[in-house]
Amino acid sequence: MPYNRKVMEHFTQPRNVGEMKDADGVGKASNNVDGDLVVIYLKVKDEIIQGVSFQTFGCAAAIASSSMFTEMVKGKSIEAAQRIDKQMVAEALEGMPANKVECSILAPEAFRQAVEDYRQRKESSLRKNGVYLAKE
Amino acid sequence: MEHIYFDNSATTRVDPRVAEAMMPYFDKWYGNASSLHSFGREASEALDEARERTANAIGSKSQEIVFTSGGTESDNLAIQGVAFANRDAGDHIITSAFEHHAVLNTCRFLETQGFRVTYLPVTSVGMVDPELVKEAITKRTILVSIMTANNEIGTVQNVREIGGISHDNGLLFHTDAVQGIGKLPLEVNKDNIDLLALSAHKFHGPKGVGALFVRKGTNLRPLVYGGGQERGLRSSTENIPGIVGLGKAIELSKLELEENVARMTSVRDRIIDGTLVGVTGCRLNGHRVRRLCNNANFRFDYIDGEALVLNLDVKGFATSTGSACSARSTEASHVLKAIGIESEHARGSLRITLSKMNSMAEAEAYLETIKEVVTRLRSISPVAMLSKQEGGA
Ligand SMILES: Cc1ncc(COP(=O)(O)O)c(C=O)c1O
Ligand SMILES: [Zn+2]
Repeated sequence: MPYNRKVMEHFTQPRNVGEMKDADGVGKASNNVDGDLVVIYLKVKDEIIQGVSFQTFGCAAAIASSSMFTEMVKGKSIEAAQRIDKQMVAEALEGMPANKVECSILAPEAFRQAVEDYRQRKESSLRKNGVYLAKE
Repeated sequence: MEHIYFDNSATTRVDPRVAEAMMPYFDKWYGNASSLHSFGREASEALDEARERTANAIGSKSQEIVFTSGGTESDNLAIQGVAFANRDAGDHIITSAFEHHAVLNTCRFLETQGFRVTYLPVTSVGMVDPELVKEAITKRTILVSIMTANNEIGTVQNVREIGGISHDNGLLFHTDAVQGIGKLPLEVNKDNIDLLALSAHKFHGPKGVGALFVRKGTNLRPLVYGGGQERGLRSSTENIPGIVGLGKAIELSKLELEENVARMTSVRDRIIDGTLVGVTGCRLNGHRVRRLCNNANFRFDYIDGEALVLNLDVKGFATSTGSACSARSTEASHVLKAIGIESEHARGSLRITLSKMNSMAEAEAYLETIKEVVTRLRSISPVAMLSKQEGGA
């Protein structure tokens, strides 16, 4: 068995799975070669991640690391969450087979896209309400 | 929890009768078959008997059997052996694109040694067209090597016809029959075979022992040199317990062939039909009819094969997959590629391979579980949801 107990636990009982209908931001990251795909949904308030969920098409490592990643970002500020990378996810999972560390790369990437989406939505809703951002 | 073993093309459980037959050659008659004393005589007699049993099982003469360390070595001895011994006659080999790596990588090695190799394409259900074999033959061709049955998708080739074409053109015909023994009635003379590779652990014998049938008069160069055992084709002190186990296992597989095939076929058909009907977004890889009695190979939409295999293992079913994950640590199966399945679809492949030891009750238990597991993995996968949205739009 190439995976440790912790990875298997997150694979068989992933946390925070599923579509979030009322998300504040949604991000996707894919690996076009093999069709791996991770979608991250965010609920944000005052720059703090209040809620997060994911959907993953990929191997067991990709599913387990998506699950762990969502656990790690929950309750953190966006800024702190953006510093979490694949290495940190692998460490939190108490190690991954060397050739599987790459499989954890999509969740952080999808997360950055979700943050981007959140910022754009916020900006356009501010505009709609006649509020202009300082830098303009 | 009870574990159900559905990975018999990887390896099989040793039949208790085989293990029993092997035992005395570990601790009682442990002699070297070349020795003059009684220990040696016992070993040598056991060797002769195993050779006879092996020959009987495939319809050859005893002297045409060479014992080796397994399927890989047998394939290497056949292909390299013919190539290097017949260099004067030619330098071209014909094989297929979806052979086992024991054949493919041997051919690739020979290309680095100045040989030319034609890798014939296979059809979308995994058949080698005998006409293509005919067309590929040149004046420089010395050997045709086409596997009897594919280890991943189970397609059974027209060995007799391809062998016949080879012989009509004065060529040697080798077949990797590693997956065929115990599942197909093979006869080297009727089937026009000059070299046949087999491996004991695929038919309830021990690991690390195999055999190569070499038709009398066939010129081969050995891979290893030494004390001249196995008529000089495979030097090294014979693995007597292993060879005895191979002999016993192949004899049993021949004696019980009909009943084993009938049993495996009915379990396999239940698995194939039950999966295709019970699970949406699922297709069969390979040929529905020209297929090994023990092989089922599916692809499931929207999920990954490794996740599928691991989840089935957690539920007590040992299976395998031809999937390669995004890390690209492993290549997607060259067999699935050869039948034209793109790596994205090869992702969701699942191979179930049976033995005589599997039952209908196990098939029913699997059918319950596969539905549950596929549903769970699809509920995690965004692809199922996204394609529904696309379909609806
Ligand atoms: C078709 C085929 N050829 C060759 C081999 C290699 O046999 P062995 O493991 O005995 O070397 C295998 C086993 O995986 C096989 O399935
Ligand atoms: Zn992966």
